[in-house]
Amino acid sequence: MRVRAVESVGFRALRFVEELGRMAHFSRRILGSLVTPPPRVRRFVDEVFDVGVLSVLLIGGSGLAVGAVLGLQGYNTLVRFGAEESLGSVVGLSLIRELGPVLTGLLVTGRAGSAMAAEIGSMVQTEQLDGLRMMSIDPVHLVVTPKALAMLLVMPLLSALFIVFGLVGGYLIGVNLLGVDGGVYVSGLEGSVDWSNDVASSLLKSVVFGALVGLIATYRGYTAEPTSEGVSAATTSTVVVASVSILVFDYFITALWGV
Amino acid sequence: MRPSPTRDFVVGLFVLAGLGAVAYLSLQVGGLSYKGPGGLRLTAAFDQIGGLKARSPVVVSGVKVGQVTRIDLDDGLRARVTLEVDGRLKLPVDTSAAIRTAGLLGDQFVALEPGAEDELLKDGDPIDRTENAISVEGLISKFVTDGGSGAKPGSGSPNGGGGAK
Repeated sequence: MRVRAVESVGFRALRFVEELGRMAHFSRRILGSLVTPPPRVRRFVDEVFDVGVLSVLLIGGSGLAVGAVLGLQGYNTLVRFGAEESLGSVVGLSLIRELGPVLTGLLVTGRAGSAMAAEIGSMVQTEQLDGLRMMSIDPVHLVVTPKALAMLLVMPLLSALFIVFGLVGGYLIGVNLLGVDGGVYVSGLEGSVDWSNDVASSLLKSVVFGALVGLIATYRGYTAEPTSEGVSAATTSTVVVASVSILVFDYFITALWGV
Repeated sequence: MRPSPTRDFVVGLFVLAGLGAVAYLSLQVGGLSYKGPGGLRLTAAFDQIGGLKARSPVVVSGVKVGQVTRIDLDDGLRARVTLEVDGRLKLPVDTSAAIRTAGLLGDQFVALEPGAEDELLKDGDPIDRTENAISVEGLISKFVTDGGSGAKPGSGSPNGGGGAK
């Protein structure tokens, strides 16, 4: 009995490594399509619309809310030490360093990542990708690469918008509601945020997260079982795997950034 | 999807807004600065820099004019601080540099006090007159051990007091 348990652990581990290998191979195909003509600009722009523009309301609303909560909780804690003047720094650094890229990544995964996987998965199921292959069009080149590239580009833009909305939310709560001085909020923010430590790492994180979600969502959709359950499984596993990957990569990027 | 010029316009707006947010965060909040028409680089050697670090402000008469770009040790094992200030500043060669603290426990910065000579500092010149950072712990320990006036608290006897023998 115990032997079987250990066997299955080994089996799972090997399967996991194989899956990583398949994903690496898939990403090689995506990269290859980037340099192969014709450039699918039309589809790329449409994908940026689907992933980016349609997420702005979500990102804006969440950013405002998160910034407002940070302002509130930050104030309640700082006021105990008489340090409420540093609210701008607290809100700004939290948003820029961590919450901006990570929360944007998670929100976009849930909204656009799952949609991407479902769309590609149902194209597999309805044999549209096979139809493309019959016309000698590489489905990765036409369908997958514009989506993955759009996700990569859009993620840092959405992350920056999330952060700006968050700063506004923190300002509204801290200054207008709780009485922190507006000038002190902004100057505290500008004084403690450093480009190379904070903003650059934030942008790098969001680009990495964009690449992760783009790869995972398109891979899961592309390799989905051509059944309804298959599409549904692809969608949920995209959200789960991408979310966990974002959080894990976030730790490693944060830890290695100072090196 | 049918190509639609409205949708393309909206995508363009979105990308501009996103890039604008990135630019705002980088330049205004993060303090990334494009190198203006030539910064003036100066060096100053200190025995003690305290909490001064790279990107600490450089101030003349209370106005920020530049930043600390590098801190390392020179051959005499003194701390050599490299500052980069506005290229348009005219600083005489006997300008002095002091490390001060903003408020009692705030961040440290370099304050430049212009001298009186006619000759001006050029790019790469060293600042000769420097004032070290004041260390609060150093002052406190001086009080505790020497008592300021030479009397050690708790052992008044000139024999070196051995307590109850």
